[in-house]
Amino acid sequence: MTLSTEFQSESPSKLSVQHISKRYRSGGREVHALDDVSLEIGEGEFICLVGPSGCGKSTLLNIIAGLEFADNGRLFTAGAPITGPGRDRMVLFQEAALFPWLDVLDNVLFGLKLKPGLSRSERTEVAQFYLKLVGLEKFTKSYVHELSGGMKQRVALARALAPNPRMLLMDEPFAALDALTRQQLYGDLQDIWQQHRKTIVFVTHNVREAVCLGDRVALFSPHPGRIKEQFTITLPRRRDINSIELARYAIEITAALKGDARPSDEYAI
Amino acid sequence: MKHLLRALLFFVLTLVAWEALFRAKIWSPVLVPSPFVVGRYLYEAAVDGTLWDATLVTMRRLLLGYGFGIALGLPLGLLTARFRIMKDTLGLVALGLQTLPSVCWVPLALLWFGQSETAMFFVVVMGTLWSMIIATDNGVRNVPPIYARAARTMGSSGLQLWLRVMLPASLPYIVSGMKQGWAFAWRSLMAAEIYVTILSGFGLGNLLHYGRELNAMEQVIGIMFVIIVIGLLADKILFSPWERFLHRRWGTAK
Repeated sequence: MTLSTEFQSESPSKLSVQHISKRYRSGGREVHALDDVSLEIGEGEFICLVGPSGCGKSTLLNIIAGLEFADNGRLFTAGAPITGPGRDRMVLFQEAALFPWLDVLDNVLFGLKLKPGLSRSERTEVAQFYLKLVGLEKFTKSYVHELSGGMKQRVALARALAPNPRMLLMDEPFAALDALTRQQLYGDLQDIWQQHRKTIVFVTHNVREAVCLGDRVALFSPHPGRIKEQFTITLPRRRDINSIELARYAIEITAALKGDARPSDEYAI
Repeated sequence: MKHLLRALLFFVLTLVAWEALFRAKIWSPVLVPSPFVVGRYLYEAAVDGTLWDATLVTMRRLLLGYGFGIALGLPLGLLTARFRIMKDTLGLVALGLQTLPSVCWVPLALLWFGQSETAMFFVVVMGTLWSMIIATDNGVRNVPPIYARAARTMGSSGLQLWLRVMLPASLPYIVSGMKQGWAFAWRSLMAAEIYVTILSGFGLGNLLHYGRELNAMEQVIGIMFVIIVIGLLADKILFSPWERFLHRRWGTAK
């Protein structure tokens, strides 16, 4: 592998979720997190999984990531079954999960060091390339606690992109950020996705966010977790979260969502 | 600078008060010697070499036992955190023995190893080992699970995950465990040196002991002073770099 191929995006992978079921015990009672969920995700598609808490959307993401395992059903990426975590599928969590004992550059290098075939200088070059992509090239020597929440998620994004995965799995990565930072990241994420095509699975409970980012929105309903309805979003990119067209979609999806809402569930429209 | 001056002034005044008490002759000069006499003792002991020899003997015993205790306790702590069976066995032993004041090992060490360096070594290791195991174990258990999850998605697993993620992530706990281990080791060694005379070397504890035997209060106070200074220096030299590192990286308060 040479450095030039490292900067060309790996072709994004297809994902096939077939009849996935998952139950687990929580607080002494059994939760039926996923019930016979099937989903086909195309190469380079940006899909958002939306639903109330407890609908199994995060569980599905963890199963795709290989961090949890399904009781039944099968998963394939690019034709191969998923048996555990893999460098072809990188994950962004709600917390940035950066390592405080490493500086920003070393955090981005962490995953790259586990990827065979690159020399030290090549790895550094790749890491700096992705830090520049997320606009943090001036912060390579900073420590994690010195960064704001939004900057931390940018570093986490660079860290996830650096090993050149074919798929990004994002579990409410912007939920803990303030509105202004979030809006900026919506724009940046769309730009990055269009430049470096990856298949993205994005979990959120924010309908507007889902409409802003996704080509498709899969709506989950809870107890047991199922896909209730799917919406294709045809709005042109780059989308603005505050646009009226976007709001129309959001209203429609929220109406569908309200069918199984309980008073305790929170929605942001 | 202001703080330094204030501290300096405080200690000068304390010395003056001490000298005044000595001159007031309320207590026998055997019990309360003048600070000048204590100073003269330290000066003479430094010039004739007894002080350095004793410090060297004590530090060698301490560092040997302490280093061994850390080197053994760290991997054992990782094992008790990783394997349930180790937690249920060694973990329980460590928890129990950590509560035992380490000076309580001295009689056993003397019977097993006689009046030898091995006995000293054993006591210091026992002082360090258990708290190191517990601190490491505790540190690993307090690592946010998200670190391991994130690392696993990047392809980290097995030994690499333990050495590159779990170990550095537990560092704040490990360093405080090392500090506690140091305190235990230092105390137990002093107790052991006062308790037993070992012919292979006179430590600071021995000097303290003989100060009492000879009713030489200036020696007792002088050696106590040296022991305090070593404790303070060890804190600065051994642990300050680690704490600065933690402070810089984790952003925790100093």
